[in-house]
Amino acid sequence: MKTAKKDTKAPAKAPKAAAKPKVAFFDFASCEGCQLQMTNLGELLLDILGAVDVVEFREAISEKWDKDYDVVFIEGSIGDHHAEERLKKIRARAKVLIAYGACACTGGVNGMKNGFELDEIRQSVYGKDYKLFDSTPTRAIDQVVKVDYYINGCPVYPPEIIEVVKHALRGLPYTVPDNPVCSECKLNENVCMYERGVACLGPWTKAGCNSWCVNNGNICYGCRGEVKNPAKNAAKDVISKYNLKPELITKKFEMYNKCKEGAK
Amino acid sequence: MAATKDLDIKVEYVTRVEGHGNIVANVKNGKIEKCEFHVVETPRLFEGMLRGRSIFEAQHITSRICGICSCGHSLASVAAAEDALGVTPTEQTIKLRKLLLDYEFLDSHVLHAFLLVAPDALGVPSFVPLVATHNKTVRQILRLKKAVNDVCDILVGRHTHPITMIAGGWTKLPSPKEIDRQIEIMEGMTAELEPLLKLAKTLKLPNFHRETEYVALVSDDGEYPMLLGDIGSSEGKRVSRKEYRKSTNEFIDPRSSAKFTKWNKDSLFVGALARFNLNYDKLHPKAKAYAKEIGLKPVCHNPFMNTMAQVVEIIHCYHHALAILKDLKKHGLDYSQQITVGVNEKGSVPVRAGDGVGSVEVPRGILHHNYVTDKDGMIKAANCIIPTNQNVNNIEHDFAKFLPEILNLKKDEIRLHLEMLVRAYDPCISCSAHYLDVSFVE
Ligand code: SF4
Ligand code: SF4
Ligand code: SF4
Repeated sequence: MKTAKKDTKAPAKAPKAAAKPKVAFFDFASCEGCQLQMTNLGELLLDILGAVDVVEFREAISEKWDKDYDVVFIEGSIGDHHAEERLKKIRARAKVLIAYGACACTGGVNGMKNGFELDEIRQSVYGKDYKLFDSTPTRAIDQVVKVDYYINGCPVYPPEIIEVVKHALRGLPYTVPDNPVCSECKLNENVCMYERGVACLGPWTKAGCNSWCVNNGNICYGCRGEVKNPAKNAAKDVISKYNLKPELITKKFEMYNKCKEGAK
Repeated sequence: MAATKDLDIKVEYVTRVEGHGNIVANVKNGKIEKCEFHVVETPRLFEGMLRGRSIFEAQHITSRICGICSCGHSLASVAAAEDALGVTPTEQTIKLRKLLLDYEFLDSHVLHAFLLVAPDALGVPSFVPLVATHNKTVRQILRLKKAVNDVCDILVGRHTHPITMIAGGWTKLPSPKEIDRQIEIMEGMTAELEPLLKLAKTLKLPNFHRETEYVALVSDDGEYPMLLGDIGSSEGKRVSRKEYRKSTNEFIDPRSSAKFTKWNKDSLFVGALARFNLNYDKLHPKAKAYAKEIGLKPVCHNPFMNTMAQVVEIIHCYHHALAILKDLKKHGLDYSQQITVGVNEKGSVPVRAGDGVGSVEVPRGILHHNYVTDKDGMIKAANCIIPTNQNVNNIEHDFAKFLPEILNLKKDEIRLHLEMLVRAYDPCISCSAHYLDVSFVE
């Protein structure tokens, strides 16, 4: 279970009670699609903007701020030395840090890089000049610094953004649901993908997206990360019932969850 | 004055920390000694990561190259995958893909032309101050953006990283009710669109011209080519998408390690202005009328007008999308074409070894995906050439001509003009949204 804690340390430049919280967004290795989910909120965005002071937002704003942040959103994973340093600096100035999106929470698709020999994959893309582009194995944000809140998903699910932001602004803990996508999928009365002849990662994946992909006729790809206690037996049942190769499931799971492999 | 000026200019994105892009220029005695524009992204190594994955996962993965262009990448990806597999999409599938591409253009162009460029026109650093001063306009833009996002959600499950549009067809087809809903939302957009189109007419853009080569899809039918066609050039050349490497000719510039592209001239331009210049005749009459009103006609050599070409495309795509929707409503959909694929566990799509290319116009220009697969449909090699990379060389050439022309302006004005030029290319959202630190050493 992931619980968020409000940092109790009083920062040097604490805002006055009436001041709006200073919020900032930073992106690392990502597609910036999670930031885009903010602009996709439409006018709801203005409500959020009304409640906070956005001091940095790479996607759409160019204001600069050099003091502490009340809340920072981190999008993307860490994949080079410079990024690691930058993230640590941001953490030092942030009262609350939110890992925003799969890239930040689990390493996301960037984690697939870790399935290769690092220099080999770098060369495959950049040829002999590969050393010009610094690259380290992908790490999720909490593999580098402490994370207070998680918003999973690739991309993040808009209703959940609102939920977590509300909690974070009030300093309340937010618990990421730890039941599998199947539980939502069943409520949505979808025909199970296994019945339709293809393997789905729903049994192993954290719910919270309202079984977004399955509702749309696709499989779950595991973008929200693995449940803490996957119904191991149920999963095994699925594998044997449908006579699947376990490798098939492992390989599918690597798309979003390779980076956290072996991590606690 | 300009003739004797010495300048050492370093233009960096504020967020240079991540190296999204920067400009370096040295001027001695009014002569440019060095003028470079680099786009350097944190390497995410997508082409490398695709190796060993199923061709049926390529769309899902490459969509994540860019959240803003996720539908564009998805469309290029499925075209490349189907080409490799030898699968011919049905007419209905093509029609729905064209609709999706229209939505993608609307969404991206609205964001760029209105939300990101408008602050320049109104002289403020970002859209945030506009919330106070031009609240109505900001609301109109956000409502429009939301409306496009909503129709996309209905069509593909979600706009950022579409779910239903895959290699082989569609996993879920919109119901008649959902077609009606899209028509309703689209028709409701005019309330926001009309005033914004009027506002766009007042955008003042610098008067700068440089002849270059324009590259975009071309075709023989009467439709403005966005999804299908050959690769064409304003220099009269035309090659099939299989030969995309001819048009993108990557070469290493001795001045830096960056990769540049060119074809028949020193540099080439891809994007709305290239499409407008090559395919003006095929635009919707209303789009043409607007272009005429603002004095935009082919061939236009002013890169700043790329933004206006985007506005013209907004009008075109709006009407094109509505026409497709009405056609779908009239003729209905064949729901038996819905497919379940996964990674093709049950072999619903025949697989073979192949080498496929998908070339699609996306908002920022022509995009190529190329996959080589083995007999089981596993990817052995992948190559993606994004529009921004094709434009970098052209931006540098523009700078070389533009900078001497504006050297007698005040520093702040030089800064603004350089920023605006980069932004006109709509290089990628984080780049274009950001202000540049310009330091002058005289
Ligand atoms: S989690 Fe997905 S949508 Fe979000 S930034 Fe990463 S790749 Fe993009
Ligand atoms: S396995 Fe997938 S399709 Fe089946 S119930 Fe679970 S989430 Fe739904
Ligand atoms: S269904 Fe699975 S892959 Fe799709 S959004 Fe939910 S967790 Fe992610």
